[in-house]
Amino acid sequence: MNKRSTWALPYVIFLVLFVALPLILIMVYAFQDGNGHFTFGNFAKFFTDTDAIETFALSLEVAIENTALCILLGYPAAWILANKNLNRSAVTIVLFIMPMWINALMRTLATAELFHMLGMQLGKGTLIIGMVYDYLPFMIYPIYNILEKMDKSYSEAASDLGATPWQVFWKVQVPLSMPGVISGVMMVFMPTVSTFAISEFLTNNKIKLFGTIIQENINSGMWNYGAALSLVMLVIIGITSLLQDNKKDVNEGRV
Amino acid sequence: MKNTENIIEIKNISKSFGDKRILNDVSISVKRGEFLTLLGPSGCGKTTLLRILAGFGTADSGEILINGKDITDMPPHERPVNTVFQRYALFPHLDVYENIAFGLKLQKVPTDEIDRRVRRVLKMVSMTDYEDRDVDSLSGGQQQRVAIARAIVNEPKVLLLDEPLSALDLKMRKDMQIELKEMHRKLGITFIYVTHDQEEALTLSDTIVVFDDGNIQQIGTPTDIYNEPQNSFVADFIGESNILNGRMIKDRLVEFAGHEFECVDEGFGEDVDVDVVVRPEDIYIMNRLEGAQFTAKVKSCTFKGVHYEMFVDTDKGYELMIQDYNAFEPESEVGLIIRPADIQVMHKERTCNTFDAEIISEDRVKFLNTEWECKPQTKFAAGEKVKVEVKFSKVELIDHPEEGTLAGEVHFLLYKGDHYHLTIRTEDRDDIWVDTNDIWDKGDLVGINIAPKDIKIIKCDE
Repeated sequence: MNKRSTWALPYVIFLVLFVALPLILIMVYAFQDGNGHFTFGNFAKFFTDTDAIETFALSLEVAIENTALCILLGYPAAWILANKNLNRSAVTIVLFIMPMWINALMRTLATAELFHMLGMQLGKGTLIIGMVYDYLPFMIYPIYNILEKMDKSYSEAASDLGATPWQVFWKVQVPLSMPGVISGVMMVFMPTVSTFAISEFLTNNKIKLFGTIIQENINSGMWNYGAALSLVMLVIIGITSLLQDNKKDVNEGRV
Repeated sequence: MKNTENIIEIKNISKSFGDKRILNDVSISVKRGEFLTLLGPSGCGKTTLLRILAGFGTADSGEILINGKDITDMPPHERPVNTVFQRYALFPHLDVYENIAFGLKLQKVPTDEIDRRVRRVLKMVSMTDYEDRDVDSLSGGQQQRVAIARAIVNEPKVLLLDEPLSALDLKMRKDMQIELKEMHRKLGITFIYVTHDQEEALTLSDTIVVFDDGNIQQIGTPTDIYNEPQNSFVADFIGESNILNGRMIKDRLVEFAGHEFECVDEGFGEDVDVDVVVRPEDIYIMNRLEGAQFTAKVKSCTFKGVHYEMFVDTDKGYELMIQDYNAFEPESEVGLIIRPADIQVMHKERTCNTFDAEIISEDRVKFLNTEWECKPQTKFAAGEKVKVEVKFSKVELIDHPEEGTLAGEVHFLLYKGDHYHLTIRTEDRDDIWVDTNDIWDKGDLVGINIAPKDIKIIKCDE
């Protein structure tokens, strides 16, 4: 071992202790019953438990809706922020980004309080509104970043070749900003799939998301079932992130 | 009546960014099918003018006509022009074919016609077989070709080119110059070309417009611009030149470098200060001293490939650059001859600094937004508007801007054989001209002082 690689040792230890080991433990627990014997029972239980499957489906639905709304609201916001003719001040950008710096739990509690004050019935509607509010900055920022750094000569070249402002937007700016949209999706979709605190506060625990079920099982000592559910979620997250890696390869060096 | 010979009329275009004047009342007429080059140093306004033509920038005043139609306020996508961008600006998410077809698809041209036209321009820029390539996998020269193809496939009336060759290496640039010229001949459309490379401009253009500081310095054919520069800026910017102070004694007789020379210029008047330009290849140099108009001592001799470049000190103390096919040993005495037709005489833009001024008190006068001490005088009362003259050689420059009465920056410098002629630009963007023997660089910050006795106050004539 040469000298340089010894510098990596602290990080290796950290990774083993806090990333690899917990993952191995989840795997081990997921395939064991309460007595430590190997079993597929935990998974069988999940796939036959209609409640759990429904919650899982609802979680995915909420995550997809939340991500879609964040793109619909976030893309135009990012575009306006990055457009020097419409926004000349760095302050507006900070105002949009600032919520990212505040603890999500605090924001969620404040939102719940606001719904309460407005007399709104807590339910799926308030859950989606709250989630969009929580995650919107994470969508705006990566898109803003890529639009802001985009060489404006691409847009000029397009209009020079006869594209109307609308065509410049759809045929050049949108495709070139896709890497930003994908980063935004990763930063919004993945955390929403696993969230539990937000749904608890914003629906008064009326709506349970997948994260909530995992949390409940672990809290009540059902470690093996909880681990199996976590593994299912990890697989979903793994698939989404694989999707992003492939897209990134295609887009790398293009922007 | 419509002027059918000129395809573009640029009329009195002015543009400022903040308080910086970029274009100052620029008017140019471009003939149909002409290769016109906008030439000047960086920051002279040439790119700004091209962007105004393409529609990416707006002029503060003035108008642009294409084919007699006012397009001043027309958005870029409606203009009958296409642009080749300096950094190409090829769309990274599209391949070569899709890049070139971009404009045609927007115009809803039928697919088979798009295909035919794209293939034709690909052949024209020698890029057949590259249509499926990713634009990022292309070399600089290939990207350049695609950028040109993408612009000409739309068959614009005018092609705008913004320093298209500046990112290529020298060899590639030379090859592309020849190809561009050939392409211009084949297409028969008007090219407007922006460059800071005078050699490129001389090679390619039918007409050159020389810019400096937002003003047109000269418009002419390459040979006109080279052989008959209208002022010392053009002479200095285009090619190598010896620029000297001279005096027109009478028609066809001029004095410079301490000698009298026959020349071919007339109509300057008698005993008039002028600038004289002699190209280094137009000075005949020989070992014989008899029969020479004047003599000099060779200071240095450098081989430049085709010719030798020599610097000589003349008998009256002027330094000249000479290019010749033969080498002359340093320290050797040589005889020099300049033929009358090779002497280019130019009007001097000014012979001394003249400023609008106001008397503050008996011994103080205000000009260039600054109060100066002057010789006590009683001829003019306080508050009176006057003019002030200061000789070029009487302006003193010092290293530390804060120690001068006024601070400025060296904006332009010109070697005049035995001294430097500098343009100093103050913070208020006024110019002061200075003759000095000291060596300064462009961009140096200097302090400016003028001795009270050298400030000459004269009456403001109406």
